[in-house]
Amino acid sequence: MSRYTSATDSDRARMLEAIGAASIDELFEQIPEELRLGRDLELPAGLSETEAFDHLSALAARNADADSELCFLGAGMYDHYSPAIVDAITQRSEFLTPYTPYQPEVSQGGLQAMFEFQTAISELTGLPVSNASLYEGPSSVASAAYLAIGATKGRKKLVVSRGVHPHARETLRAYAEGFCAEVVEVGLVDGITDSDELEAAVDEKTAAVFVQSPNFLGAIEDLEALAAPAKEHGALAVASVDPIPLSVLRPPGELGYDIALGEGQPLGGRLDFGGPSFGFFAAAEAHLRRMPGRIAGETRDVDGRRGFVLALQTREQHIRREKATHNICTAQALNALGGIVYLSWLGKRGFVELGELLVRRTAYARERLAAIDGVELLHEAPVVREFALRVDARIADVLDRLADQGIAAGYPLGREYPEHEDGLLVAITERRSRADIDRLADALESAMETVQRAGELQGASR
Amino acid sequence: MSDEPTSVTESVRPPATAEIPTPQQRERATTIFERSVEDRRAATLPPAGVAEAELSELIPKRFLRARPAELPEVSEPEIVRHYNRISRRNFDLDTGPYPLGSCTMKHNPRLNERVAALPGHARLHPAQDPKRAQGALELMWLLERQLEEICGLPHVSLQPSAGSHGELAGLLLTRAFHAERGEQRSKVLIPDTAHGTNPATVTMAGFEVVKLATDERGGVEMDDLRSKVDPEVACLMITNPNTLGLFDPNIAEITGLVREAGGTLYYDGANLNAIMGHSRPGDMGFDIVHVNLHKSFSQPHGGGGPGAGPIAVSERIEPFLPVPRVVRAETGNGAGPRYDFDYEKPLSIGRLRGFAGNFGVFVRSYAYIASLGGPGIKDASETAVLNARYLLAKLSEGRAGKYLPAAFDEPAMHEFVLSGGPAKKQLGVRTLDIAKRLLDYGFHPPTVYFPLLVDEALMVEPTETETRESLDALAGAIDAILEEAEADPETLRRAPYTTPVRRLDEAAASRKPTVRQPSSS
Repeated sequence: MSRYTSATDSDRARMLEAIGAASIDELFEQIPEELRLGRDLELPAGLSETEAFDHLSALAARNADADSELCFLGAGMYDHYSPAIVDAITQRSEFLTPYTPYQPEVSQGGLQAMFEFQTAISELTGLPVSNASLYEGPSSVASAAYLAIGATKGRKKLVVSRGVHPHARETLRAYAEGFCAEVVEVGLVDGITDSDELEAAVDEKTAAVFVQSPNFLGAIEDLEALAAPAKEHGALAVASVDPIPLSVLRPPGELGYDIALGEGQPLGGRLDFGGPSFGFFAAAEAHLRRMPGRIAGETRDVDGRRGFVLALQTREQHIRREKATHNICTAQALNALGGIVYLSWLGKRGFVELGELLVRRTAYARERLAAIDGVELLHEAPVVREFALRVDARIADVLDRLADQGIAAGYPLGREYPEHEDGLLVAITERRSRADIDRLADALESAMETVQRAGELQGASR
Repeated sequence: MSDEPTSVTESVRPPATAEIPTPQQRERATTIFERSVEDRRAATLPPAGVAEAELSELIPKRFLRARPAELPEVSEPEIVRHYNRISRRNFDLDTGPYPLGSCTMKHNPRLNERVAALPGHARLHPAQDPKRAQGALELMWLLERQLEEICGLPHVSLQPSAGSHGELAGLLLTRAFHAERGEQRSKVLIPDTAHGTNPATVTMAGFEVVKLATDERGGVEMDDLRSKVDPEVACLMITNPNTLGLFDPNIAEITGLVREAGGTLYYDGANLNAIMGHSRPGDMGFDIVHVNLHKSFSQPHGGGGPGAGPIAVSERIEPFLPVPRVVRAETGNGAGPRYDFDYEKPLSIGRLRGFAGNFGVFVRSYAYIASLGGPGIKDASETAVLNARYLLAKLSEGRAGKYLPAAFDEPAMHEFVLSGGPAKKQLGVRTLDIAKRLLDYGFHPPTVYFPLLVDEALMVEPTETETRESLDALAGAIDAILEEAEADPETLRRAPYTTPVRRLDEAAASRKPTVRQPSSS
């Protein structure tokens, strides 16, 4: 059994003596007798470090990870290459083991990293102010709704495109119960938000309009046009964005958006089966004092040295309590640090090169896969790094076949888009070479033949 | 070798002057953006390997950026040096004691980092077919059972991302629970000692905060509670032991009163580290508990996250838990159980985030619990309480006893609260001054000015992973600091002297906030 304590029997005896207690149990005497457990916890015996390592390794070995198969899964989290320096820096004790910088004089490293992170997010989104991170992407959408309700003096209608990540829409709906707000969904036409339906849905009761670009189906939305109804009715326009495509796409800040937010995992983060990652959140200056989460700001010390502190803490729960702009306390500082290290590594040019590479490879993959018999494009809208296909076969069968060959071919859309029961979302990163794409195409082609043949046989035998 | 290591304070007092700046103080803080030099770069990317079409042939020009984002242009050696240098401007738990009350700054085992980084965990895509992520689902399932046993409640959802997120989950569950019974209740009872997240969450979840007073022994004022329990009460949220480190002896009566009135019972698990293996929130009558995996279960704090805030709940709350749930089915053919995600829970409050939660955090906490086992978990709490009580005993003597008395004369558990009221009155130094001077002595200060009901509060939580020697050193440093204050309070008022920057103007940063590097273009 591993222990991470140091007290020896002799320590314990001396410490108890100093306390004036006869036993450890005496220290728990304020717990009423009837509330004491009075038995051992029913947990397995503890493990030595080597046993624990082996046990965890055995569990890990039962997962098909992105190193052990060819991964075309996306849907909000992407298998980008994370450079070695991201782990090297985020694993440093000085970043890994402190907490929230409540004592700024000894937290300048973390605070400065937050300030740099905020600057980078502001550059990416084209909006002047950013916070230091939120939990993750989808819940950041719900946090924007809370801000919007406050900023519009209690308007309670939230209009959201079905192009927004389904997890974000579900999260928004769950939070909206607490906000006592109504969520109205706007459908997609040809893969992009139905702008007529959006215009009809937005009115003077609307607090915010939520769109995503590229949307969940990979399509680039006409963000500028979609912001218009919100502007017209005094609602906030909120864009959910994938940070990597912002290397080549016009940023929401230039297109009339009040808030841009999203999932930070693509910025060099681990896949980690979904988390921890971070959410980013940038806004127009007017919303700075309503922002959720920590914000680092620049200041001076008593000798005039440049320094950084947590700014605008009077927004926050530990000061403002029930009047706080949000309840968040612990966010995702370490993951956000990984994000700024990653963006520094890519740099101004590398970031654009990565975006261009993705656009070109994705165009190749899209054309190659759509040429397969029984496979067609689900929409023809322009894309950056992900696209949706329609597959004329039972998707689960096709995916199983490909999985047997070590290929995770994509994300089936059926659960969240029943109207696209035959839909498949395919994501491309710089780690999926042309040869990998060809391998996927060949395997999909033969899987389609097999599955369709099996289907015909089944049909004939009926 | 002596069995009595020399404490920090016995050797040398830190300087009480800033006349000669330290090397770090001489170095002007420079951001990664300010290190940018045109044409420098770190990343190399693979060739596209496909046709190099103009971007505007693939994406309409009106969607394309006119100018690139102004990211830094820096080489890899510079990035490494930059972040290493700024990292040294942080104080961290691996370097010294961090007795930050309510934050449970316990050691972060490196084994947990190693197993979290295994490709089967770190490189597992969240949209992987559950059939091919059986190890991950089993780990989640096992962690849920461990937390159920520790909390004494029959169901767990790992989904919430932090304590505050768990609180929101708890109140949305409460809302759904009452709605299912055709009730709409508006009030949530919260003791005035509660963490700020509690009232902030209440507002976010659409309820109204009703504050409960604290009695002279540091517990809930029972008459106040009785007068406020009514059919409008949706929930009681409470931390126990509370933020004063005191276990409320009336807890069973408290939960009983609220339950009788039809409310749900929410246990804020921030202080769970005090009672593991000794007492369980479920046995105290609670319906919903959030567990901070970054507190009691050793997930590193990361400079302010990531964490995770799983919730354990009672039978009556279970139908409303967030989806997806992890489920296990016996295959019956000797192949072992199969794990899956279940999305079909008609009464569920839905989702609170993407995918299934902060899995990487689950791996670390699971490794921690598996390493310690039942006895080790109990030992962790026992040692945490022993360390806190020992430190409190030390600080009850001498100068600390005189100027920083315990706020309540009751036996504390894993943390305790001192009042700097006498120090302010008699020495003219505030708790903030003492905290800043502690920085010069190489300690992270305790939590200060919380809980709010204590004058000049210092909230101290040493955790089980500090040694007796480091507790002695901390007590010695506080004594030495108070001695300095007796001689000249200015010494403290002007502290710190040795930190990378000295006292910072926090008000200015909020009055006219600069929250990003000015754009270079």
